[in-house]
Amino acid sequence: MRFSLPVALCLLALQLAGCTRGAPEQKVLRVKGGPPACGDSLVTGSIGEPSNLIPLLSSDSASSDIAGMVYNGLVRYDKNLKLEGDLARSWEVSADGLSITFKLRPGVKWHDGAEFTSRDVLYTYRVTVDPKTPTAYSEDFKQVQRAEALDPYTFRVSYAKPFAPALASWGMPILPAHLLEGKDITKSPLSRNPVGTGPFVFKQWIPGQKVVLDANPGYYEGKPYLARYIYRIIPDSSTMYMELKAGGIDMMGLSPVQYQRQTDTREFLERFNKFRYPASAYSYLGYNLRLPLFQDRRVRQAITCAINKEEIVQGVLLGMGQIAHGPYKPGTWAYKAKVDDPGYDPARAAALLKEASFVMGGDGILVKDGKPFSFTIMTNQGNDQRLKCAQIIQRRLKRVGIDVKIRVMEWASFLTNFIDKGRFEVVLLGWTISQDPDLYDVWHSSKTGPKELNFVGFKNPEMDRLIVEGRGTFDMEKRRSCYYAIQEILAREQPYTFLYVPDALPAVSARFQGIEPAPAGIMHNLIKWHVPKAAQQY
Amino acid sequence: MAQYLVKRILMLFPLLIGITLITFTVIHLAPGEPVEMQVAMSPKVSAQSRARLREFYGLDKPLHVQYGLWLSHLARFDFGRSFAPDNRPVTDKIVERIPITLSLNVIALILEFGLAIPIGILAAVHRDTLLDRGISVFVFLGFAVPTFWLALLCMYFFGVKLSWLPISGIHSLGSERLPALARFWDMARHLFLPVAIATFGSLAGLSRYMRSTMLEVLSQDYITTARAKGVKERAVIYKHALKNALLPVITLLGFSLPGLIGGSVIFETIFAIPGMGQLFYQGVMARDYPLVMGILVIGACLTLVGNLLADLCYAFADPRIRHGRG
Repeated sequence: MRFSLPVALCLLALQLAGCTRGAPEQKVLRVKGGPPACGDSLVTGSIGEPSNLIPLLSSDSASSDIAGMVYNGLVRYDKNLKLEGDLARSWEVSADGLSITFKLRPGVKWHDGAEFTSRDVLYTYRVTVDPKTPTAYSEDFKQVQRAEALDPYTFRVSYAKPFAPALASWGMPILPAHLLEGKDITKSPLSRNPVGTGPFVFKQWIPGQKVVLDANPGYYEGKPYLARYIYRIIPDSSTMYMELKAGGIDMMGLSPVQYQRQTDTREFLERFNKFRYPASAYSYLGYNLRLPLFQDRRVRQAITCAINKEEIVQGVLLGMGQIAHGPYKPGTWAYKAKVDDPGYDPARAAALLKEASFVMGGDGILVKDGKPFSFTIMTNQGNDQRLKCAQIIQRRLKRVGIDVKIRVMEWASFLTNFIDKGRFEVVLLGWTISQDPDLYDVWHSSKTGPKELNFVGFKNPEMDRLIVEGRGTFDMEKRRSCYYAIQEILAREQPYTFLYVPDALPAVSARFQGIEPAPAGIMHNLIKWHVPKAAQQY
Repeated sequence: MAQYLVKRILMLFPLLIGITLITFTVIHLAPGEPVEMQVAMSPKVSAQSRARLREFYGLDKPLHVQYGLWLSHLARFDFGRSFAPDNRPVTDKIVERIPITLSLNVIALILEFGLAIPIGILAAVHRDTLLDRGISVFVFLGFAVPTFWLALLCMYFFGVKLSWLPISGIHSLGSERLPALARFWDMARHLFLPVAIATFGSLAGLSRYMRSTMLEVLSQDYITTARAKGVKERAVIYKHALKNALLPVITLLGFSLPGLIGGSVIFETIFAIPGMGQLFYQGVMARDYPLVMGILVIGACLTLVGNLLADLCYAFADPRIRHGRG
């Protein structure tokens, strides 16, 4: 539901949200046990330190990981990535699609013992849209016309027009009104000492070292078997990998090389279970559509034809991923498996370029109007996969007569000096895939301004209409048909060359049992993970 | 002397203001703003939310106003609040990180001086022998090997292969429950590798310096005189020569004062030590202006004070300087 920071994008390997592709590989668990035993700790590592444990005020992935354990939303995505009630027992969308009525779960307690009611929901909404709150998440809630707590267990929210992403937006963590109301949220002690309703209770945060969460004995779904969840801050990924091997942490996301080559020893496989499922992200080559060169659709199609995506998946991800055709995750409901996109076909690439009146020059580079066909692919520093990817593309395009240069830039200057000012030709970047398929922010023509996310400048009236239609109805079938049509437009127009969806590759200590790999990854049933008494470590 | 001291101290203020002005300019020249770093490429952030965040941090004001505000707060010893989403006072963030960095650096500094000085003397006394060459090779090896690489190798060897030492962090999980002595031992085990590697890497500079000053002193006439009148070689070296050879080292000690609170980013990152280096690096990456400025100001103050102290100590230790001036 929430897009993480771009930094988090680079750390894809750590992402644990995922989706279907057959059964994830699961090794037989070595330690046999009887009924689930309580106790033991799960120790994980994080590259970054959380910034603020009031989720409204932070946007980094470490903070949202912890918030996910401590807080609940009204709704959440279940293991199959379908919306289900969380703090809301049920909800009802009115016939005209203009209001949603949530029936809240009675008897849910905050970690300090106070009762959770609709007052908390109303407060969370109000503080989110309060202009004084420095939050990045108010946008979805600005569409709300009226929010009311009808009684302690009923909450209704009304919109001016039907807004489908609204439902998922109520998955945002609900904050305790009794501790925050009437106070300045930016100065609240809760930012370092959160009180939520979730399966784990905040215990301790030692800056730069660790965050410790204890099992919540009163959790509404039942107390987690694990006694503790410890989040160690280990800023270097090679250190983290060594900690994993030495037993200092129990779980981490592996890189393709680590997964394929470095953990294939018997010793490792005896001590760890490895999992594999598609991550919620994709990489793409984006063309600056304001430049005359890339305004010609045939040129973009030709570039896609000249790129062998399968080779990139093999070369960059060692096969730990799959090729992408569009902006959705394979296997999710909005994803269209078969689209009419240009596949790898160098001959067709040559034909398309010829059609676009490029002729082969003497040095093997195509020429049009006396100018050689040459451009620069820009990508951000610190992401080795993207650099390798750019190099493979460079070689492939050379073969059809396109001269490609590669430029790697520090993230901040990349954004401010190049992306925001439209001073780029082609970029190689990635997006996180949100669970709601709405594409307004990245693809609508109204979002092409400076600092907006349709920075390639894609404008297509048909696309605009479909995006607006798709977010304007709650009818899943209608939405699906919109998104299917959108994927066909993207396949035809190729404003991006969609490259690949990498796999998330977590390894978890073999002493943990009850892990149930699902489309949503492995963390969805954390409260059911358990360790047999004999194998407990902490 | 007193007049000299007052003059030197008064000189510090314009210097300090100059330093803050330059650092303020430089950090604002770096592309990207704190708000950008937080919300860039995030689809859920509208122009209004950006404007709201900028206003919240006071970034909407002209630069000179921002600088003036910051300076007026600084005059009241207030470093302001961090621009990170936690919005905590900068002082808190620095204070919680100083102890570990300071203790690590003090230990490393003591080890460095404690080892480099004898090594330098040894090399000077046995000049051009196999021992001297061996020492040179050893210290330059430490100087030349990239410390992060050595660190990773050691972590793998001692931590993963042999399981003798912990890999990263400064405490084991659950060490809170241990008795004080065991806790101390636990921490010592964690700090062994970082301190050892840091010391190894820094031996070269000081020991070579020590060697050359020692050689210079040993070639002086009064040493020849001492030897001629039959003073034992040990006494010549440790009593007569060493005292004078140590003088320039005082200056070096003064220079290392600011280094005490500045941690090494690479080191702290690899060993997951929550120190100042990491804090500063994160601050720069997030364009957390108040935090960066705060750390720089403290660093600048310590540099200035360190220089002053070095000069004073020098004057105190060397009668020639003391009397020559006054």
